[in-house]
This record gives sequence, structure tokens and C-alpha cells, in this order.
Amino acid sequence: MPEATMTAETHDAPKGFITRYIFSRDHKVIGLQYFTLSLIAALWGIALSLLMRSHLIAPEASWVFLEWLFPEGAPDGVMTPELYLALMTMHGTVMVFFVLTTAIQSGFGNYFLPIQIGADDMAFPTLNMLSFWVTFLAFLTLVVATIAAGGGPISGWTAYPPLSAVGEVAGPGLGTGQVIWIVAIALFCLASVLGAINFIVTTLNLRAEGMTMMRLPVTAWAWFATGAMALVAFGVLLAGGILLLLDHVALTAFFIPEGLIVSDRIIERGGGSPILWQHLLWFFGHPEVYIIIVPALGVLFHIIAVMSRKTVFCYRAVVTCIAIISTLGFFVWGHHMFVSGMSPFTSIPFSILTIAISMPAGAVAITWLGTLWRGKIIFNTPMVFALGFISYFVSGGIGGLFLGQTALDVYLHDTYFVVGHFHIIMGLAAAFATFAGTYFWFPKFTGRMMDEGLGKIHFWLTFIGGYIMFISMHLQGLAGRPRRYPDTETFDFLQPLMSLHQLITVAALATAAAQLIFVINLLWSIKNGKVSGDNPWNATNLEWTVSSPPPHDNFGGRRPVVTELSNTR
Amino acid sequence: MAWALSILYILVAAAIVLVFGGQQWWMPPAASELARDFDSQFIITLVSTGFFLVLMHIILSFIVVRFREGNSQADYWRGNVKWIWATVAAMAVLDVGLAVGSESIWTRQHIDPEPQNALRIQVIGQQFVWNARYPGPDGLFGLTDLTLVDDATNPLGLVPSDTAAKDDLVIPNLVVPRGRPVVLLLGSKDVIHSFFVRELRIKQDAVPGMLIPLRFTADRNGRFEVACAELCGLGHHQMRTFLEVLEPAEYEERIEQYRRGEF
Repeated sequence: MPEATMTAETHDAPKGFITRYIFSRDHKVIGLQYFTLSLIAALWGIALSLLMRSHLIAPEASWVFLEWLFPEGAPDGVMTPELYLALMTMHGTVMVFFVLTTAIQSGFGNYFLPIQIGADDMAFPTLNMLSFWVTFLAFLTLVVATIAAGGGPISGWTAYPPLSAVGEVAGPGLGTGQVIWIVAIALFCLASVLGAINFIVTTLNLRAEGMTMMRLPVTAWAWFATGAMALVAFGVLLAGGILLLLDHVALTAFFIPEGLIVSDRIIERGGGSPILWQHLLWFFGHPEVYIIIVPALGVLFHIIAVMSRKTVFCYRAVVTCIAIISTLGFFVWGHHMFVSGMSPFTSIPFSILTIAISMPAGAVAITWLGTLWRGKIIFNTPMVFALGFISYFVSGGIGGLFLGQTALDVYLHDTYFVVGHFHIIMGLAAAFATFAGTYFWFPKFTGRMMDEGLGKIHFWLTFIGGYIMFISMHLQGLAGRPRRYPDTETFDFLQPLMSLHQLITVAALATAAAQLIFVINLLWSIKNGKVSGDNPWNATNLEWTVSSPPPHDNFGGRRPVVTELSNTR
Repeated sequence: MAWALSILYILVAAAIVLVFGGQQWWMPPAASELARDFDSQFIITLVSTGFFLVLMHIILSFIVVRFREGNSQADYWRGNVKWIWATVAAMAVLDVGLAVGSESIWTRQHIDPEPQNALRIQVIGQQFVWNARYPGPDGLFGLTDLTLVDDATNPLGLVPSDTAAKDDLVIPNLVVPRGRPVVLLLGSKDVIHSFFVRELRIKQDAVPGMLIPLRFTADRNGRFEVACAELCGLGHHQMRTFLEVLEPAEYEERIEQYRRGEF
């Protein structure tokens, strides 16, 4: 039965450079624009983390370029605590929003969702263009926040009020810098809601003949589920962001309680609740973790199936698991708030539901093993990254079983155990899915392969470096090391942790260097890679049936028809 | 490549087991019964989840060698859902076990009725110090007034004319008697702070506008560092004080000493 009940808004291939590559309405160009943005953001985020890591092991070191970049934050080139906290805030914001949320969902998703379902574009191409440019504007706004007068905001990417709400009186960067930061986040939310609408409508309405929902590739399911999550979650953060902005600019007090004295000044406003912000933030923030990881799962299924020369193990169960994970993600935000002052009764159901996620998550892991089982595993670069991902997913997921328990979280909350945990499960895992996807789909983008040798080196260094950094952080967290300390000296119990700090910093430098290998490989291969042909991996999804790169309308006027045997990946 | 990856999986699992099993970087010795329960729950979680971590890596290590290209032909096998149910069942058993242990500790720490003879102390955070306030012999916390706050002489803004406030003792550190239940009432003057004592395995945010109870009964004497665990601004990392656990007699003596203004 034909599923296409609506056709895309038709548009011809544009002629001019600007309409073709800048203000493009072509989902493929927009996908690559998102991907490029996330790559630039990732390099910036890595640079910020290297500055922080260097400061932690050499707090007195003076860097000329630092003084040149931040004359206020680094007088004489020595990083001040406020600069450390501002860099940390930016690192978190850039990585969570502009890298992890953007690369797989908006980048790969925009490029491949329409092709995988047999459509010639997203449902709303102009809206799609708008989403990208608003995201880009959000990114520029964030850059401005870093260099704003008074410094960047120091309240972390979670921006807990009253610290983030009362302005400069609470600390440097919390006035202008904080306001600009909130605007950047609000713009990003807006763009993400627009993008989510596109993903949902495209999946529901533009599928080719024969492409039933239960024949969608798992990747397409993941993008669709993520669109649904993003629609709800980003709307809530947008609301929270607007309220926080009003607390700054309109003298409201949504998040400011009665009777504050900050830096000897009585705050005249009051009546709000700091915990309200935490509920809004984490109502977004936990689904956000799945907004990041579910598309990564989708990419993983695709690559593992192709490189094992098999179909996805128990496809229907996999789709069910993705749906369950995406739904459960909305009912567990309270596990970020066990020590927030929220009622201890409320914590119990949040804890139990959080731990229960191990059931669908474990099922997902077992379907990877099942897909590999009795396969013919080909160890090319996309596949080794996928196999590395599985290890991270298991190790990182298990950290969640510690932190999801109310009793254990009390000690581990806001320590480096948490930092190590989310860097493995959210940072490294999603990054590995992005790398796997990049090596895998690069031939489709360009018609050329990336270099296998460099790809393997990139894998080994990143995989080992990643584990060294973030398992060490778990250990520091066990010793009680709180996060967001620009210093390792003040407390006696922090001093024995210096050797681990040094190890992490060295591993961070090496891992960062490995990412340069990736960037060089990527740029070099665009012009010089081996010519790939249309389907170098012998894969079966629709994107591999069209030329590399695909024609403007994806199928060159052909209307694909999907049958039972041709799919389920 | 298959063999290299296979070995890598084993090395990852072995390294994780070693660094967590070695306990070189670990929690300090516990100083309360609940803290020891926390430690047992932590070990139970570590061992039971560690089992699955090692198992997964061993299976992966086997798979990448056994089913590598050249050693295996792909089989047209779409899977059997019984493996998924088996996994869900295994996870369910693990989850129930962990949840029961965790929630029973949580309930005792946060939900069970407060002990009758508990010592109640207000602990108020501000950028970047902690102040503890003992109610004095009357057992009452007196009135405070924002406009009277002066960081040097009257950090909490006690009202001198209020009789209940007169005997309140305000000090920038904490002393508690060993063996007696303590309820801290955590508050904040400005932004959110978090009161973290590693030895007692306790952590609780101090939120302005709220007084949040935090209980413990220390059973080991010592002087423990108190850290702020919630980002509170520029000096977050310097927000340090001490919680001293003393023998009851020593405790009374120390409090008297503080009352006389001897620090």
C-alpha cells in the first residue's frame, strides 16, 4: 500500500553559489552544514578542555596566548578561577548542544533520513534551512558570550539559579555573559523544535511506496524517535530559558527566593524557587541524554548489520526498545536531583525507573551481540569504531546503575565519578557513533573513501585515551573529588589525586592530537581519497542505491518501491 | 585486526577490574553505620555490575575472533527474541536487588522518623563559607533579620533583642558528639551550595529559601573536611570547613569554650 500521502514541497536544483551552498533548502547541504558546524564546535570544545586540563596540573603556568585571548581572565597569562569556570561552562554547552545533539541527529539525520525512506527532501525544506541558520546564530551568540565584557558565565552548562539569575553581584560573567548565554540556548531550543517537527512529519508522511513503519531502517526509527523527544524536551528548556532571561532583564523572580543576601547586598526581589529551574532543566536534560544517544544507537545498528553481513537481530524488539528508552527518558529526570532538596519520597520512583532503563538498554546491547553472532565481521574503520562504541556503552551504562541508586548517588553526586560516567556514555559513545558514521557515509557525501590506515590509528588512540581519561575520573570521584573545582590544592583529600590528574591531562593531549589525524584524513580525502563508487560497503539501505553524492532530488526522478526482502536494517 | 580487538576487550575489562578492585583510589574509612551500609551497597553494586561488564567483554572478545571475515560465513538468521527476554530478566533481577538495597538505606537516612534526642544544628552556606548555628540551652533558634547581617560580627543576622537568639552560638565550623544523632538544617544566604562530608557519605544541597534536614550519627572521632559540592561561584573550590566528631564530654567542653569566645 502506498505510504506517501503527501509529497515534499517541490524545488528545483538552485544555480547560484549562495542558494546552493549557503542558504540552501536541500536537506543534503543542510545536513553537511550541520555536520561542519558540529565539527568546528567539537574542535573548539576540545581546545577548551585542553586549557582546563593544563590548568589543573599546572595552575601557576603562564601562557602568553591566554593573556592575549582573555586579558581580564588571565592577567599575566595565568588562568584565574573565573576564567576556568567560564571555559568549563562553554565546554559543556558547546559539547552538549552543538556537537553531541547536532552531529548525528541534525547532520547525518538531515542528510540520510529522506533518502533512507525514499523521499526527495525533508517535508519542510525552508523550515529546515531556518533551523540550521538559527542554530548557527545560536553558536555565534555563544561565542560572543565567551568574550563578553566581564567574562563568560561561570555557572556551568546547567546554570543553576540563583547563581545564574541574580546577575554580576554573584560573580564575574554572571551579568552580560550569562544573559547572552541564555539567549544562545533559547535560540538553539527554537531551532531544535523546528528541526524536530521536520523529522517527525517527514518520517510519517514522505515514506516511499512499500516503506511501512516496520520496514524503516533502525537509523530512521532512531531519528524519528529523537525528533519526537526533541519536540517535547526542547520546548520545556525554551520555557525555562525565557523565565531565566526575564529574571535578568525584567526584574522578575521566577527562580529567586525571598530574603537573599548576595555579596552583602540584599536582593529586593523574591518569591521564586531555585528548584523549579532544576525541574525544567532536567525535564529537558534527561531526555537530552537520549536525544544524543538514540541516534547513535541507530547508526550503530546500521553499521554493525552491514559489516557483519546480516540483518539486525530481532528488528521489532529493537524498535520496541528504542521506543521504550525514548519514553522512559521523560520519567527519570529526578535522578539528577536526589540531593537537591526535593522530597525524599519523590526520589524513590525516579530511582527505580532509572535503574529499570537497564532492561531495554541491556536488550539493545544483546541485539548487537546477536547481530554479530554467526556473521562475517569485516574490520574496516566504521566497524571498529562501532565495536569500540559497544564497549563504551556497556561500561558507561553500568556507571548509571551506581548513580541511579538514591543511596549511592548521595556520595557520588557532583563528583568526578559523574563526570567520568557521562563522558563515557554520552561524550565518547556518541563521538564514536559520529566517527563510525563519518567513515561510513563519507563515500556517500563525496564519492571518495577516507584513508583506512589513518582511520585505524585514530581509533586506537581515541579508544585507549578515552578509557584512560574517564575511568581515572571515576576513581577520583570515588575519592570524593568534586567537579567544577579549578584547583586541586585547597583540600587535603584532593592532593593524593594529582598523579591521576596528570595522567588524564597527558591522555587528553594525546587523544586531542588523534583528532587532528581525523580532521586531516577528512579534509585530505575530499579531493584525494580513493574513488568509492556508489556502494563501497555492499550495504542495502536506500541511500546506497543512489549515486555518490546523490542527485538533487535523491533518486533522479525514480520512485523507489520497498519490498519485504530489501530492508529491515 | 580481529585478534587485536579481541585482546583489547580483555585488557579493558581486566584494567577496569584491577583499578576498582585495587582500591588505591577509594573512599576514606566510613564514620557512621549508614556510611558502612553505603560501602556494602557500593561493593554489591560493583561486583554484580562488574560481572556483566566482564561477561560482555569476554563475549565480544570471542565474537570478533570467531566470526571474523575469513573464518565465518554470514548466516541468514534474524534472531530469536528469547535472548532478549533472557537479558531483560537478568537485568530485572539485578535491578530489583540493587533497588531494594539502595532504597532501604535511603529510607533510613531520609524518611524514617527523626530520633527524639537528636542534636539540631543550622548550617548556613554563603559565598564562600559555612556557618553553623547551635540553638543554645533553650533549644530554640532565635529570630534573624536580613538587615542585621554583617559578615564580620553577625553573619546570620541574629536579632539581639530576641531572648531565643541571645544564647545561639554561631561558628564557622562544626563540632558534634560521637554517637548522638545529629540533624543539620541546611540553608543558604545567597546561591545553592552543597554540604559534602566524605567520611559520613553524606551530601545535601543547601538551597536559599529552604531549610533542608540532613541526618547522621557519627561513630568515629575525627576531624573531617567539609567541601562544597555545588558550583557556587568564583571561590567554590575554597569553600572549606571542618566537621569534628568528639567524645560527648569533650564536645560539651568545646562548646563552652566557643561560648567564651575562645577559638
